[in-house]
Amino acid sequence: MKSYNFAFFDEGSKREIRRATLKAIALPGYQVPFASREMPIARGWGTGGLQLTLSLVGKDDKIKVIDQGADESVNAVNIKKLIKNTTDVEETEFTEEATLIQSRHRIPEIELREDQILVLQVPIPEPLREIEPSEYITKRLHADKEYSGIWLMLFERIMKHGSMATGADHPVLVNNRYVMAPSPIPRFDNHKLNNSKALILLGAGREKKIYAVPPYTEVQSLAFEDYPFEVENMDDKVCRLCGARGVFMDELIDEETKEKYYQCNDVSYCLQRLNNEIAN
Amino acid sequence: MGYVAVKGGTSAIEESIKRLRYERLKGKQVIDVEVIKHSMRGLIDQIMSEGSLYSRDLAALAIKQAEGNPEEATFLIRAYRSTLPRKYYSKVVETEWMRVERRISAAFKDIPGGQILGATYDYTHRLLDFSLYEEKIEEIKEWVEEFEKSLETDCEEISSQLPKVIDLLRREGFIDQVKRDDSEPEDVTRKSIEFPTTRSERLQILTRGETGALTALGYASIRGYGTLHPTVGELRVGKLPIYIDYPLENSDTDEDSIYIGEIQVTEVESLIPDVKEADNENGNKEIQFSIGYGICYGQNETKAIAMSILDNCLEKSHIDSPVHNEEFVLMHVDCIEATGFISHLKLPHYVTFQSKLDSARKIKKENKRDEKL
Amino acid sequence: MYDKEQPILTIKNLRKQFGKGCTICRDLDDKNIQKNFCPVCQTVYACRDVSFELYPAEILGVVGESGSGKSTLMKCLYFDQDVTSGEAYIQGYKNGNANIFAETSQQKKYIRNHLFGMVYQNPYLGLRMNFSSVGNIAEKLIGAGSRNVGFMTGRAQELLGNVNIPIYRMKEAPKNFSGGMQQRVQIAKALSNNPPILLLDEVTTGLDLSVQANVLDLIKKIQRDLKISMLVVSHDLSVIRMLADRTIVMLNGKIIEQGLTDQILEDPQHPYTQQLVHSLL
Repeated sequence: MKSYNFAFFDEGSKREIRRATLKAIALPGYQVPFASREMPIARGWGTGGLQLTLSLVGKDDKIKVIDQGADESVNAVNIKKLIKNTTDVEETEFTEEATLIQSRHRIPEIELREDQILVLQVPIPEPLREIEPSEYITKRLHADKEYSGIWLMLFERIMKHGSMATGADHPVLVNNRYVMAPSPIPRFDNHKLNNSKALILLGAGREKKIYAVPPYTEVQSLAFEDYPFEVENMDDKVCRLCGARGVFMDELIDEETKEKYYQCNDVSYCLQRLNNEIAN
Repeated sequence: MGYVAVKGGTSAIEESIKRLRYERLKGKQVIDVEVIKHSMRGLIDQIMSEGSLYSRDLAALAIKQAEGNPEEATFLIRAYRSTLPRKYYSKVVETEWMRVERRISAAFKDIPGGQILGATYDYTHRLLDFSLYEEKIEEIKEWVEEFEKSLETDCEEISSQLPKVIDLLRREGFIDQVKRDDSEPEDVTRKSIEFPTTRSERLQILTRGETGALTALGYASIRGYGTLHPTVGELRVGKLPIYIDYPLENSDTDEDSIYIGEIQVTEVESLIPDVKEADNENGNKEIQFSIGYGICYGQNETKAIAMSILDNCLEKSHIDSPVHNEEFVLMHVDCIEATGFISHLKLPHYVTFQSKLDSARKIKKENKRDEKL
Repeated sequence: MYDKEQPILTIKNLRKQFGKGCTICRDLDDKNIQKNFCPVCQTVYACRDVSFELYPAEILGVVGESGSGKSTLMKCLYFDQDVTSGEAYIQGYKNGNANIFAETSQQKKYIRNHLFGMVYQNPYLGLRMNFSSVGNIAEKLIGAGSRNVGFMTGRAQELLGNVNIPIYRMKEAPKNFSGGMQQRVQIAKALSNNPPILLLDEVTTGLDLSVQANVLDLIKKIQRDLKISMLVVSHDLSVIRMLADRTIVMLNGKIIEQGLTDQILEDPQHPYTQQLVHSLL
């Protein structure tokens, strides 16, 4: 049997995905339907992000793949392996070296630049899905900018819990037009979407949607005047390895002392600090 | 020498793949792809149909690679399929021209051309045949030769052009006359569907759907969560010739088309009685029939029948039941999508969980403070 | 605020049909009010050339049997259904010059949130049964642009208090409430943004008699206090008699008679109205 084309897809498929991507960039936060292809990895395991990456990757790109903050997580390794096998482009773990970064559920701690693209993998692209199961209706709600439902959902949470009590994937308003699911990044990462220098693309393979936050686009996390948006509390947490503060931490339990301790979730960031490659 | 990343992931994957290979080979037996191709017709048909790629060879290879796991084999086929460019659209295929291998009607006993039972499990007793432990290749060859000899004398005629059963009813006015529509359908693998969908999009999604999912929903529909009581007007299994337009010149005449091979399909036309409001003088309600259509690669009869039921259900979207709701049906019958999303739950969710935990702790803290106040 | 001499709501030639119509029924004599259903193509002519005016602080009753088109009229006004043709104007909205049926969906959303309040016969249509009662009110306030939880909760408590929902039950979901309470929450919700026009569709149908009286009293009180204009649809003439200043009688999608409620009850002109009034006595 014949081997695969550069970056897995035939060129026609890549072009189609790029066309959808261009439309997404033109309409910040709008979910563009695209003919999601079946991939050699399972739907729900990052195929949306992977299709974006493969449609964009060129021979000179340097690629970084992270899953929940780690370059070495099995799924990240697996995706990286597929990209490597079909393109032979260079890989890196350093955020600032990468031209194309595919990530699941995190935005790197180091601020991204204009010449970088961040691709986020999205399981459920529709922020209104929780209040409206029908795609036909949610599409119309977006068209009418009718977002009372999602605000009401946040209001109800305040009624029940005394705070918005959202976990990851806290909805955002993009460019003052579309409410968007930022993919399940922690609330801590939401502000990194706002006026990002890098192009941020979001791909949902199973749900067949591509959407984008173009560079320098306003992104606000939905919040009430008297109940402001709150990120996960990292203030009193210090990384046990590199001593970092004010970054997103993993909570771990010391096997011997049974005590809780913290470690940077962004592994490559932590490593670079340990090696004094970035300012402490 | 500074700190380096722990390369846990890479080596774990390598070891896991090695282990997987060992599981496939540890019995020290290898099954030839040719053997799979010729002895696992049922599985091959299912995988071609769900994989949406007509190739017995690739299906057999996928079965070998996936150790016979149909979900995994379908996955391999689909992933391969999506790398193939679409070069041609075939000409419209008339199933009337099917080389029929099996054809039955549950609606009429006598149908023009007759009922042809063909190869079916329907009338076998499901008793384990222990003699298969001892099947000898010489004996098989002898039996096959003898059988093929008898075929030549028995039935040379069954083949070309058997009239469709539903045409009989249509002529009597029991089925609405519809306009022929041979416009080129939207390919759902090239353009994602948007709701409301067209019928051709629905049929494409259904024919690629997972056999079990279609069967379950079709069953739900006739058991009580739909309003259908279908009769299989005609079920046929056979080979269809596929033609494409002569690729180099602009020509529309049939002589210029090229035969590129034939595919085996199962086709079902179900008849569903609909009560039509009275429009005659005495106010009697009339009964008409609408058609549910099912077709799929290979011999997958249950799937084709279930598909015909669901096709008709989705035509009647005004009925308030999940099986009549196109989003409910079409978004959930695809094997790759369903298994992918279910299995992704195995992926780590550390960050999302951490985030949720932070919220939960905060609420708890606040509640405690409230209690104290 | 509103000019009392001018209608607050003007409806002109509102038509609503379900189905495309066929050669036979399209030519049907429009004056033929015996039928509004085509037996051939099954098209229903739910509202046929309905025209009327509603004045500020007035309660206008719409009475008719089920199938007469009165509920369809309400749903068209609240944009739950698109009209087939016709016009409607609201005093004060774009100087009363904009046909609201021809507005964009975003403008319709504005009108729904600010100018109309709707109370459905079936509370399931008007309320989110699984959300808190406060949340139900907040939905309207959010729709009108509020993003302040404190303000919204305060306003919701005030509105729910006005319709006699006890404060300790305000966070409860309406699905746990009795039918009369659900209607009261709907009324509170409809009033959230101080709309000038309230649409009431068979609000007391299906309630116990004592509960009915309670809800009707509440509506009268609201009208007295807020001077709000109301369109009250009912098949029940006693409801109309109790509430409406003027009354419209509908039959088979057409208005067959209109006038002061007393006048219609005392001296009905149309044979159908006469039959209706006599059956009441």
